[in-house]
Amino acid sequence: MNHDNPQLNKNGELQHLLTLDGLPREIIMSILDNAAPFTEVAEREVKKVPLLRGKSVFNLFFENSTRTRTTFEIAAKRLSADVINLNINTSSTAKGETLLDTVDNLAAMQADMFVVRHASSGAPYLIAQHLRNIGADHIRVVNAGDGRHAHPTQGLLDMYTIRHYKKDFTGLTCAIVGDVLHSRVARSQIHALKTLGVPDIRVVGPKTLLPTGVEHMGVRVFHDMREGLRGADVVMMLRLQNERMNGALLPSPQEYFKYYGLTPDKLELAKPNAIVMHPGPMNRGVEIDSAVADGGQAVILPQVTFGIAVRMAVMSMLGAGN
Amino acid sequence: MKIEIKNGRVIDPANGIDKQADLYVADGRIAAVGRSPSGFTAEGSIDASGCIVCPGLVDLAARLREPGFEYKATLESEMAAAAAGGVTSLACPPDTDPPLDEPGLVEMLKHRARLPDFAHVYPIGALTAGLAGQRLTEMAELAEAGCVAFGQANTVVLNTQVLMRAMQYAATFGFPVWLAAQDPYLAAGGVAHDGEVAARLGLPGVPVVAETIALATILHLAQVAGARLHVTRISSAAGLDMVHAARRAGIAVTCDVSVHHLHLCENDIGYFDPHARLDPPLRSVADRDALRAGLADGTVDALCSDHTPVDDDGKQAPFSEAEAGATGLELLLPLMLKWSAEAKVPLAQALARVTSEPARVLGLEAGTLGVGRAADICVFDPEARTRVTRQRLKSQGKNTPFLGQELPGEVRYTLIDGHLAYSPPL
Repeated sequence: MNHDNPQLNKNGELQHLLTLDGLPREIIMSILDNAAPFTEVAEREVKKVPLLRGKSVFNLFFENSTRTRTTFEIAAKRLSADVINLNINTSSTAKGETLLDTVDNLAAMQADMFVVRHASSGAPYLIAQHLRNIGADHIRVVNAGDGRHAHPTQGLLDMYTIRHYKKDFTGLTCAIVGDVLHSRVARSQIHALKTLGVPDIRVVGPKTLLPTGVEHMGVRVFHDMREGLRGADVVMMLRLQNERMNGALLPSPQEYFKYYGLTPDKLELAKPNAIVMHPGPMNRGVEIDSAVADGGQAVILPQVTFGIAVRMAVMSMLGAGN
Repeated sequence: MKIEIKNGRVIDPANGIDKQADLYVADGRIAAVGRSPSGFTAEGSIDASGCIVCPGLVDLAARLREPGFEYKATLESEMAAAAAGGVTSLACPPDTDPPLDEPGLVEMLKHRARLPDFAHVYPIGALTAGLAGQRLTEMAELAEAGCVAFGQANTVVLNTQVLMRAMQYAATFGFPVWLAAQDPYLAAGGVAHDGEVAARLGLPGVPVVAETIALATILHLAQVAGARLHVTRISSAAGLDMVHAARRAGIAVTCDVSVHHLHLCENDIGYFDPHARLDPPLRSVADRDALRAGLADGTVDALCSDHTPVDDDGKQAPFSEAEAGATGLELLLPLMLKWSAEAKVPLAQALARVTSEPARVLGLEAGTLGVGRAADICVFDPEARTRVTRQRLKSQGKNTPFLGQELPGEVRYTLIDGHLAYSPPL
């Protein structure tokens, strides 16, 4: 049975980045520490360092995402890697090629790293295990979002952002608000916050959008957003997908906004210096009011900037192991 | 042919026999246990020293994949697996392609399966045409062709009026109705037990209430229709409680559990192991423990393999896209022995769950070593331990969550109607 976590090698070092669940604190901290100097690269005239020169990074996007793919592409290019973008949902799988056939073909093209986005939870694990089975362990896998499971680089950039503004994790109250059930971002955030010692992690949402047994992940559950935000240092909003706004999960985006949208008056219940985060893209007027999104407490654009540095840190740490 | 099986420990749960004895077979039937019948001259002799001699196993759920899915398995490959697993009688669900909803298909299957090395095949006929849940099948004709019960495999009859009428019609002729209990709406999209592990891994869940809601429906309808109900592959403690309560209320209901749900739980998904993608899903530790206790105390009537050969293409996919099912015919005996040892259930009692009890559910005169009965016999070494490997499995389905595990017990000989259907490679 697949009971070994393939993301760490026998020495406990990072082999792939697949999830933040169980990722040791030291590794998370070293990624955040390594990311800091990369924020300066972007401010240079020549925005490049040669850490991945000669390496081939394949962006394997089995699910569309312009934004995440672009940030990985920029990160890899700033590390001087060659980047190949493949939007696979529109090419080979439509022709009946299986996921692992695709992987075999790309491995034969001397890839060094796969950045994988897939609609099914666990797909990057299947790829990592397959690479081991075919003796292509040297190819590293970065999970760029799999189903509802994990989005580890997003979780890490969120931790980077929190550390940037709050310095210390151990006294914080963090509220994650919205569609936790379908969110890989929320799962990665929860695991990282726990590992980094945040004592009060809250999830806020209607029962239809919270997973059964979420409290076992070490969070407190709130259905009343006002109660959930009270005294929070960090408010982490989640995106609500269009297809979930009208149906059996929620009656309408209007009612959702009224009860779970982040408005200035609800934000007042959080600490005065609370920061507001969002993984993007935002639905203004659904999960967040423009007055908050564009307001002084929002750190949503810095998240994007930090995201590139964090992805550079992850890719350089994995690439340096070759 | 006259065969003697010497020096073994004969366990025949149906007749309360558990003793060191020789067993005699003549003309395909059990001739005697203990003393040789007068004038018996053996033409063949099996040395069962150190082995247990028991009735051939009766498996309540084995998919042979014929007709329609021959690329996944064939009758030949799966019958070889049955014989190697000591299974001499098996019931196969109707979810073939086309489904077993016409007498001709059933006759063809029975005919194809009529070879001396092959286990006895008892088809479960489709309850509704095409398993579509709308029109009744010709159950009486199907029964004449060889069907022993009627069911929907893993599908359901959504329309409760049709379901009640199907049960009434089956009850008219005294045919048992075999149903899986899973509400398709509550289970929609789900691939794992709706609990802690699914929440953490981000897998869409199948809640326990999907089982209990469906059970409430079929138990009530079976009572009203007066049908004999068999609930297949029960998965939860709450569901088991309902079956128990229904039985106490006088409803004629039996149920079985699969080897997977007896030994595994949601945690065995590990890091998205597609081998643990099963239908119904593996549930919590507490559910598994309740099923183990239920099988021991008789609330669960029988243990089945839920044998479902799935090819590698079906399993080498992300967990939620992987095909549900696992191979099981060759693991039924070892996994029964493992449960018997772990749960401290006496061997004879544990053996009954894969021999006489499933035979009773099927209404067969099988699963016993009574004198005059068909000589369907399994001889196994209880001390041997074997590792489950793809190479060893005779089934065309090589996928099971038990791959790589060392399990107790090894079949030495399988006799079907007194014919030696399996003996170990030398």
